[in-house]
Formats: sequence, C-alpha cells, structure tokens
Amino acid sequence: MMRRRSTSLKVLALTGFAFLYLPIVTMVVLSFNESRLVTVWSGFSPKWYGELLQDDQILGAAAISLKIAFISASLAVVLGTLAGFALSRFNKFRGKVALTGMVSAPLVMPEVITGLALLLLFVAMEGLLGWPKGRGVVTLIISHVTFCMAYVAVVVQSRLADMDGVIEEAALDLGARPWRVFVDITLPMIAPALVSGWLLSFTVSFDDLVISAFVSGPGYSTLPMVIFSKVRLGVSPEVNALATMMIVVVGIGVVLFTWNAARLHRMRQREERAAAAGL
Amino acid sequence: MSGGDHTAAQAAPGQGVASRPGPGPAVSWLGQRLRLRVPKGLGRGVVSGIPLGWLLVFFLLPFAVVLKISLADTAIAMPPYTALLDWDGEAVATLQLNFGKYLFLLEDTLYLAAYAGSLKVAAVSTLFCLLIGYPMALFIARQPAERRPLWLALVILPFWTSLLLRVYAWIGLLQHNGVINNILISLGIIDQPLVMMQTDFAVYLGVVYTYLPFMVLPLYATLEKLDDTLLEAAADLGSAPWKAFLTVTLPLSRPGMVAGSMLVFIPAVGEFVIPALMGGPDTLMIGRVLWDEFFNNRDWPMASAVAVVMMVVLVIPVMLLRNGQNKTAEHG
Repeated sequence: MMRRRSTSLKVLALTGFAFLYLPIVTMVVLSFNESRLVTVWSGFSPKWYGELLQDDQILGAAAISLKIAFISASLAVVLGTLAGFALSRFNKFRGKVALTGMVSAPLVMPEVITGLALLLLFVAMEGLLGWPKGRGVVTLIISHVTFCMAYVAVVVQSRLADMDGVIEEAALDLGARPWRVFVDITLPMIAPALVSGWLLSFTVSFDDLVISAFVSGPGYSTLPMVIFSKVRLGVSPEVNALATMMIVVVGIGVVLFTWNAARLHRMRQREERAAAAGL
Repeated sequence: MSGGDHTAAQAAPGQGVASRPGPGPAVSWLGQRLRLRVPKGLGRGVVSGIPLGWLLVFFLLPFAVVLKISLADTAIAMPPYTALLDWDGEAVATLQLNFGKYLFLLEDTLYLAAYAGSLKVAAVSTLFCLLIGYPMALFIARQPAERRPLWLALVILPFWTSLLLRVYAWIGLLQHNGVINNILISLGIIDQPLVMMQTDFAVYLGVVYTYLPFMVLPLYATLEKLDDTLLEAAADLGSAPWKAFLTVTLPLSRPGMVAGSMLVFIPAVGEFVIPALMGGPDTLMIGRVLWDEFFNNRDWPMASAVAVVMMVVLVIPVMLLRNGQNKTAEHG
C-alpha cells in the first residue's frame, strides 16, 4: 500500500540528503587539489595538510578552542544534568517556571543577542566588582557553559522522561539516601545522555564564532574566529584541509557513537523481551 | 499530597516509625511513595538552585544590562556609554534616560529595512526547510527500525561539523570561478559564469542548508511516534496514499512542524555569519547591522537598542508558534 508512494518519497528524501552532502564532499575533494586556485583541479596532492600543520596561527587558535571546549563541555554537563534532573524529577520547586523557560532559551536565541548581552554583563561586572578582569579564557568559558548546558539539560531531560522512576523509587523505599540513589542508580542510567551531552557541548563550543567574537579579548582568538578572518579574505586551500580533518574526526565519532547506541538499544530490547518472556 | 500525609499520620501511632505499609495498605503505601518520591529540602534546593542561579546571572541579567545600556548615550570612554544614574556626591541621584537610540531606529529606514529583510529571509527559509525536510523525516520514519539510526546520523553529521566551514564550502561551489560555474561552462550550458555569490539567493541557500537538520529532527521525532494503524485503516477504507497523507499524517505531524519551524525561524532572524560571508553589500539583515554597530561603529547603546527591538520583534512569532503548539497538544 505504501509502496506506490514510497518511490517519489525516496527520490525527494535522497535529494535532500544529496543537498546536505554536496558541499561537504566537494570540500573534501578540493582539499587534495594541488592548485592554489582552490576550484581549478590540477592534480592530487596532500600538500595543504602539510602547510596546515605548520601554520602557527591556526594551531594556536585550535589549542585555545580545544581547551575552552573541553572545560566548557565538562562544566556544562554538571550544570545541565542538575537542571535536567530537577526539571524532570522534582514535582514543584521555587523557580521551576523560570528554569524551564531559561534552560532552553539559549538554544534558539539569536547568537548576536546572547553575545552582546554577555559582553555587556562582563563589562558591567568588571566595573562594579572588578571581576572578571578583562576578556579572555574566563569570559569565553562562562559564555560557552551558558549555551552548552541548555543542550545537556534537553538531552538529560528527555532521557529521564523515557525512564520511569520505578527503580529510583524502589531504592528510596528501601531506605537509600537520595544522594546514593542518584549516584548509584540515576547516574548510570543516564550515562549515555551525559556522553552525548558532553560531545554535543564540545562541538558546539568548538564551533562557536559569534558569541566568542563578542566575549573574547585580544590574544584569545578561537579557531572559528581565525577561520572567519581567513575566509573573509577569500577561499583558501588550507581551510579546505582543516575542514576535511574536522569532518573526518567528527564523522568517526558520530559513526562510533551511533553504532554503539544502536547496539545498546538492541541489547536492551533483547533483555526486555527476555524479561517479558520470563514473566 | 495532603491525603497521603493524612494517612501516614494516622498509621504512625500504631505502626511505629520504620513500619512497612500496614492496614489500609494501598492508601498508606501510596502515601509513603508519594512522600519519598523526590529528595526534599536542602538537597533539592541545591540541585535546582545551582543551574537556576547560573542562568539568572549569566542569561537573564545580561538582558537587563542590554536594556539599560540601550537607554544610555554614546560616549567616548571605556566602556563607551554614559551612566544612567549620576550621583552628585549628595543624596541626589539623577536618572538620565535617553530614548534617542530608539527614535533613531524608527526614523532611519535602514534599520526597518534590515528587520523586514531578516524576517523575510527567515520566513522563506523556514518554508523551504519544511519542504525539503519533511520528505526526509518521513522517509527516515518509514525505514525499518534498525536502519533509522544510520539515516539519523546522516542528518546529524553536518550539524556536528562547523557551521562556518559548511558556509565556506558553499562559497567554493558558488563563487565566480567556483565548482558549479566551472562545470556548467565546461559542459557548454553557459558561456558566462553565473553570479551566485553575494546575492540574496546565496543567503537563502546558506540559511536553508544550515538549518535543515533542525527541521528534520523534530519532524522525525513526531512522525516516528505516529500510529501506523491509522494509515492502514485509511488505506483499508479505500483512501489513496496521498489522501491518507494529507488527512492523517500531515495534521498529526503539526507539533513537529511547529517545533522545527521555531528552531529554524528564530535563530535565522538574527543570523550573522551567512549574510556576512555569502550576502552582498545590499543584503540587509539585522544580525549583521548589530554586529557592525558594535564592532565597526563601536556604538554599544545603538547595538543594544537593535538587540532589544529584535527581541520584541521575535516575541510575536514565538508566541504564535507556542500557541499553535499548545493547541495541538490539547487536540492530541
């Protein structure tokens, strides 16, 4: 019954996927182009990768970005988990409405607004409290944590919504302290959500240009800021090589993660079936 | 809750403190469970208070600062704006509010055109994301369950790679001596390169491309949950597949369409990177105007006023979308 329609659906969907991947594939191919005239093919060469690895400006910026992404993602997982846990497991608490509204707002808020707002806050705070001193790593991390924790909270919240609280309740009924229940039961069960939340935060932080441009100070150019200034001057084969490397790393990560998630999903289903059969 | 407390109190004298659920077992047991369901008191306050406090200071408070500075005047100083509150040493403080920036916003047609341009780009792009993303989401939802994660990963993968680099990839395709022009010329279809970069077309393309995953994912989440038996029933009753789609699938997927549109439209209004890199000098978008006010003109109060008005402009579509979502939730 569905089959008649499914051919046209398939064509439309695959066109959509082709649209998503056309520029990415082109960029990967062009990164091996020998010519400096990026888009004119003159032969295969990995030389731009070599040049990339000698570009101190890019390497320095990449190091700053990696450091900030690592710290921000880790802090965001802690704060986002607390927020997600509170929102899905506490019936009522003071500020629940405020937290619900604020926790997902950074996801859709236009970045120019968030960036400007945070910068103005930091300047005002420095004037009033003398902290944070200037703009740099600290202001970058605070800003990144703020929008990354939204991703973590959403992921954790949806994971907790999928699990009913039966096991946690059983442990509480049997007299376990709430903290122990959280550490021994809730945390292991939401571990996959924490991992994907961390990875998501890491990439979002690593990619951020607009907010970082507002809140960073001189000497703290992140990788996207360096790429942006390079791209503004024109297309460069080095950037193609950089992009390809990032895509390969991310691609491997996503494939491994998806594969693992699918495997866990199958395992859980099998266990559930076995449990159901046992009953 | 009060019912639970009541039964617990009743049971206490006869039962002792550490008793198991006793007489009237169902009620008292339920009461205990309700009371124990969440850790109360200090722990709860800390757990919810930390993220709440963080967001109050670093998300809500900044907007108050933006509002405040939008009412200041530009000054040649660091920070480059005048103070609203002046203490003259005595107990007299003068409040200086300056609505000049807002008046200027309304008078200068450049700003109005930029707001209108942003809304237009965001609306048209949202529509195209919906048109391209819907078949993709439906296709994935109709795949066998074990193959869906793979297709989903294919949607998510571009989202995990840098936005900047994906925009940059399009520049390589679209520019004057870019891949598309080279191919078309070598095939003899055109003899002059098409002008695609630095046009409104490029901006639309960039926005649709960038935000497409944000449309597909919520759509998929809704379509995946759809009850297949409804479609089977429609087919059994003689409905053509396209008609079953229009009368069953499409209306039921409205929450996903609304959520996806919201995730595309709102950030697209404030988009900066795409118009800056792909748009022409006459591509007016408000995110770019704000950026230029801040970084090039160093007019912080003006940038703040632009941001405040942008949020006001965004409130209406957000409310509309939210209403739509609530209505669907009620119907569903």
